[in-house]
Amino acid sequence: MTQATMHEPPGEAGVLPGSAPLLRVRGLTVDFRVTALGRAPETVHALAGVDLDVRAGEVYGLVGESGSGKTTLARCLLRLVRPTAGSILFDGVDVARLRGAAIRRWRSQIQVVFQDPVGSLDPRSSVRDIIAEPLRLHLKESKADIGRRVATLIDEVGLGRHLLDRRAHELSGGQCQRVVIARALGLQPRLLVLDEPTSSLDVSVQAQILNLLGQLRQSHGLTYMLISHDLSVVRYLADRIGVMYLGRLVEQGPAREVFEAQRHPYTRALLSAAPDVEGITKRKVLVHGEPPSATAPPSGCTFHPRCWLYVQLGQPEICATTMPTAVAPEADHAAACHFAQQAESQSSHEVEQ
Amino acid sequence: MTRLLEMRDVSVAFDTFERRSIALTGVNLSVDKGEVVGIVGETGCGKTLTGLSILRLLPRTASIVGGSITLDGEDVLAMSERDIRGLRGARVAMVFQNPTSAFNPVHTIGSHLRLVLQTHTRMHGREIAQRIREALSDVGMPDIERVVRSYPHQLSGGMLQRAMIAMALLLKPALLIADEPTTSLDVTIAAQVLELIRRLQHERGFSVVYITHDLGVVRGICDRVVVLYAGRDVETASTEDLFAAPAHPYTRALLAAVPRVSARGHALPVIPGIVPSDPGAMVGCPFVDRCAFAFDRCRVERPEPTIVGGTHAAACHLLTPQGAGAAKQPVGIAS
Repeated sequence: MTQATMHEPPGEAGVLPGSAPLLRVRGLTVDFRVTALGRAPETVHALAGVDLDVRAGEVYGLVGESGSGKTTLARCLLRLVRPTAGSILFDGVDVARLRGAAIRRWRSQIQVVFQDPVGSLDPRSSVRDIIAEPLRLHLKESKADIGRRVATLIDEVGLGRHLLDRRAHELSGGQCQRVVIARALGLQPRLLVLDEPTSSLDVSVQAQILNLLGQLRQSHGLTYMLISHDLSVVRYLADRIGVMYLGRLVEQGPAREVFEAQRHPYTRALLSAAPDVEGITKRKVLVHGEPPSATAPPSGCTFHPRCWLYVQLGQPEICATTMPTAVAPEADHAAACHFAQQAESQSSHEVEQ
Repeated sequence: MTRLLEMRDVSVAFDTFERRSIALTGVNLSVDKGEVVGIVGETGCGKTLTGLSILRLLPRTASIVGGSITLDGEDVLAMSERDIRGLRGARVAMVFQNPTSAFNPVHTIGSHLRLVLQTHTRMHGREIAQRIREALSDVGMPDIERVVRSYPHQLSGGMLQRAMIAMALLLKPALLIADEPTTSLDVTIAAQVLELIRRLQHERGFSVVYITHDLGVVRGICDRVVVLYAGRDVETASTEDLFAAPAHPYTRALLAAVPRVSARGHALPVIPGIVPSDPGAMVGCPFVDRCAFAFDRCRVERPEPTIVGGTHAAACHLLTPQGAGAAKQPVGIAS
């Protein structure tokens, strides 16, 4: 067992509250047109106007159920999806408006680690070629220089150099994820998008990858956008958390506050649904049913048909008619709920189903 | 309580063209009537294989090469093909991890459930229709008339898993084997499905073997836990004892690796190395190469389960009176 080494993050909040955002997302909207056989085309509102800031050096955790728009948001940042409306400002450049070669240049600033490490690697390429590919495409360097960089990268992610000539199928899931991380680091990106980076890994391997991500963040001064449905991972790594529901940000705040005092009834339900290994007994707040379709979101607050607080407050009309004010990206801790105060003050044993 | 299922020293081997490799190297599992027993371990430890062995549903290349399995006193391994078919689904039912691939895409949900009743009972038309609707309503299925006529792709993962549970419980089995039933679902839906299994188990008193890699789920639903490692049970305890005082180094390492809020800013303790691919070929303890406490004896002699208190047992040399002094100082495990 390796001795647990300390790597202190820059404090609980991650960065100084006043530091300028690295990434400024405003009104980001993505509509997908879907045409099912024998049906009229429908529009899926995958993102319905998201505002958020990611500050330099922080880990921004994005949580929510599948279909809430987490991955679509990440794909917009990477410009794998073209936003329908809104802006993504990075260093004063609107990434949402980039085209052609400019998009490819942007991608050297931002890199991604996907959920399935084995599927993210070309089965026919060696580890060496996989890590070298982005370097060859983006840097005008000699073969020897690139070879040296590849060797440094593989050391940094804790893999032996003897693995350089292996192919993905010869590696374990954890090793594959390290290769993916090495490839992502090659171009020295400033922002790393981690889309469920440990979901397909066992808990013992997950710990290794989380440690590696913690170390790299320190040594490279990286900023992470961490997307995960595993709340224990988010709580361990993230400085700030954004909670998404049906294409909207419903709550945002410092990780500790969001975990200790949720202001949105959905966050409350989401956190209480997570299986808890520490056995802190808490009353489950179950949400009813499944998320509604993003083609026809409910009126008013889109969460109201599943909301326990709505029921508890005697179905106030405002929830069904009026969309709550969106979370302001500058706010320290805020929720898009008409009754955020009640949601927070309601101690969990008072919550009845 | 009376014993329902008893697996003793069950070994399963895979035969390939060149060689035989042992995947389960002696699994012990006992389940009392009305008890919920969890099986936990990493990928490749033999959790699913253990579940499939109970039903004798192993892949074609695998076979049970040793040990015994008894259900209600009956020898499962001695049953004829005909008898085992009568047992599957009726007395022992299984719910699988991925509900989308567990259903036949060209049949409706209704016809899946109908087939179970037609195969195992003498029920007819209206009776069957009635029973199917009851079963779906018991699992809290919304919009039953639509669901009965729906094909699997028309339902969400959570609804399919409810339908799968309804199908598994149609014939009121004594034992439900649930193989990672919530792993592919969102946390909110997983919590609903878990709550559903808990409620039905409570109401009807069947036994459950709950297979999972998620220690949090185990803590939430199981009475007792069996920790599998490399095709072998390495620790057995009541859920309370296991989390309060894990005895086996593997269990302790597994629990320590879960990210906790108190660990923020610190590196998580990791388990170095990987699960051995052919545990049957190992002479000593299968965990020896990854264990922080290993000493000489661990390499040459396989540890047998040692009682550490009440019904809590673990297979580790450290726990034997001779082993206690022999071990080197542990490194890096947060207890």
